[in-house]
Amino acid sequence: MASERQVGRQSAEGKRGAPAPALARVGSPLGGILTHAFLLVAGLAVAFPFYWMLVTSLKTPAETTQLPPTLFPQTLTWDNYAEVWRAAPFARYFLNTVFIAGSVTLGVLVTAALAAHAFARMRFFGRQILFIALLATLMIPFEVLLIPDYILITRLHWEDTYLAMIVPWMANVFGIFLLRQFFLGIPGELWEAALLDGCGHLTYLFRVALPLARSGLSVVAIVTFLGSWNALLWPLVVVTRRPEIRPIQLGLATFTTEFGVYFHLVMAAATLTILPVVALFLLAQRQFVESIARSGVKG
Amino acid sequence: MDLLHWLDVPADWRRMPAHRRRRFVRESLGAYGFLLPTLVIIGVFHLFAIFFAVYISLHKWSILKESYVGLANYADLLRDPQFRHSLGVTLWYVVGTVPVGLVLALGVAVLLFRPIRGRGFYRTLFFLPYVTSLVAAAAVWQWMYNPDYGVLNLALTKLGLPPQRWLLEPQGVFQLALAPAGITLPAWAAGPSLALVCIIVMSIWSGLGFNVIVYLAGLGAIPKELQEAARVDGASEWGVFRHITVPLLSPTTFFLVIIATIRAFQAFNQIYVMAPNDPTTQTLTLFIFQTFYASSRAGYGAAAAMALFVILLLLTILQMRLGQERVSYGE
Repeated sequence: MASERQVGRQSAEGKRGAPAPALARVGSPLGGILTHAFLLVAGLAVAFPFYWMLVTSLKTPAETTQLPPTLFPQTLTWDNYAEVWRAAPFARYFLNTVFIAGSVTLGVLVTAALAAHAFARMRFFGRQILFIALLATLMIPFEVLLIPDYILITRLHWEDTYLAMIVPWMANVFGIFLLRQFFLGIPGELWEAALLDGCGHLTYLFRVALPLARSGLSVVAIVTFLGSWNALLWPLVVVTRRPEIRPIQLGLATFTTEFGVYFHLVMAAATLTILPVVALFLLAQRQFVESIARSGVKG
Repeated sequence: MDLLHWLDVPADWRRMPAHRRRRFVRESLGAYGFLLPTLVIIGVFHLFAIFFAVYISLHKWSILKESYVGLANYADLLRDPQFRHSLGVTLWYVVGTVPVGLVLALGVAVLLFRPIRGRGFYRTLFFLPYVTSLVAAAAVWQWMYNPDYGVLNLALTKLGLPPQRWLLEPQGVFQLALAPAGITLPAWAAGPSLALVCIIVMSIWSGLGFNVIVYLAGLGAIPKELQEAARVDGASEWGVFRHITVPLLSPTTFFLVIIATIRAFQAFNQIYVMAPNDPTTQTLTLFIFQTFYASSRAGYGAAAAMALFVILLLLTILQMRLGQERVSYGE
């Protein structure tokens, strides 16, 4: 309503001035130049930290601390990467994270698909109450769970295990709601036809619903994987005595503390850490962007 | 009757034939089979945990439970200067990241929404920091902020400005700005420390892509006719933006303000990497973490976490209220 009123006001103002040619909206040359100038400056500012990371990681130790700093390296060397590899078990961190993030993602896909199907296609006792209870957990900030969950983990004797990093995050309410939305979007006739054919819930879910909800699954998978790959706070708390099971972010954070003054090494380690995710992102950009936009929109 | 309805039992339960009752029970059991993994995990690590957190917060609890202390932890929090200080730091952090981040994102999104060359490239570029881990990004920014060899001080000296200590500077930025004029501000007016502002700038950089993407989606949902009609009527580009685009984007802005505020309150990784031990950058999340992790005070930390929870709940309720009054949905 408000907006329509404002449109009215705009047009009143417009009539007073000279009518603008309709073509103006394609953009005056000046507007185009300004747009590009702004985007270019902003783009350079956004890209610079990546450039600086990469360039530093390829500089010799001496050049890294040379004054004034060199914007373009004089000599390029891969030695820093080899040294990082020797100084800390980054390959192991990497494999740990693939295992942890992979298990969490797979777990979330399975638990969320099952629960979403129950909420989408089944009538059962206590359904609304459960739905509201699950919805309410979305409001709980992670910081509140940190201490009780850590104490739970110690009671289970799961400190310093992969289990501690995987099991608590194998179910995800956002995933359930998103997949439920997708399942509700599948025409009811398909479900009825499946019932007539003597199809059970599991068969329908795996043969009919999941293949049709592929894009929903990829949203859940990407968001979960990214969150798990980039997590620091929880691993920091539950992994203290077994450095060999550290995920990569914890490995990098520890490396940064220990080798903080050797910037060429820290930058090489940072590059190694973000490389897999950046590569995945560049390969599947559209899915990434769509998924993350949706993750905010909460289905 | 009402209870039955709330529990999703069919309304005519009492009059239903036995075989239909059995079918409902069977289907309910089946559904719980589907829900079991979710209910166990969410039930234990989220739902039970939140009640457990309240329980812990009512105890003196370091490594193990020691004694019931009622609300003493909460009373101590109110008196704890470190806690109050961390609240102030958190507020500066939120006020620093959210409005600037959203205005920048809106600007970028509006420009990227135009049919310009290189749109896809820019979109990818702006989004890249968001998929980059905060730990790695924080390490890079820490290096750029390095007072001795960092690239930012190189830029300042090239511009003829005095070099800064960036993340190592605990002085307030207002104080720093006025120091050359010989003015000394009282502590409360000194502003956020330069170290905190450095973290704020990095966080804006990191979150920009997400905000841009959501704004682009919002822009795509605005009917073109309104803007075109206004242009035909002679409205300037700025007028269209100010009086049509911005009001019609208000649901998106509203959504982003809530999300960005909640996230800002929860920021941890970048602060932990860039300035873990500086009191001027110790936000509430860092305070909770340090209380629990470094000082092993689980009870006290849990109370502080509950305080964060209450603040976030109140903020969300407040924003919902305001939103209902102010947001225009264009209908």
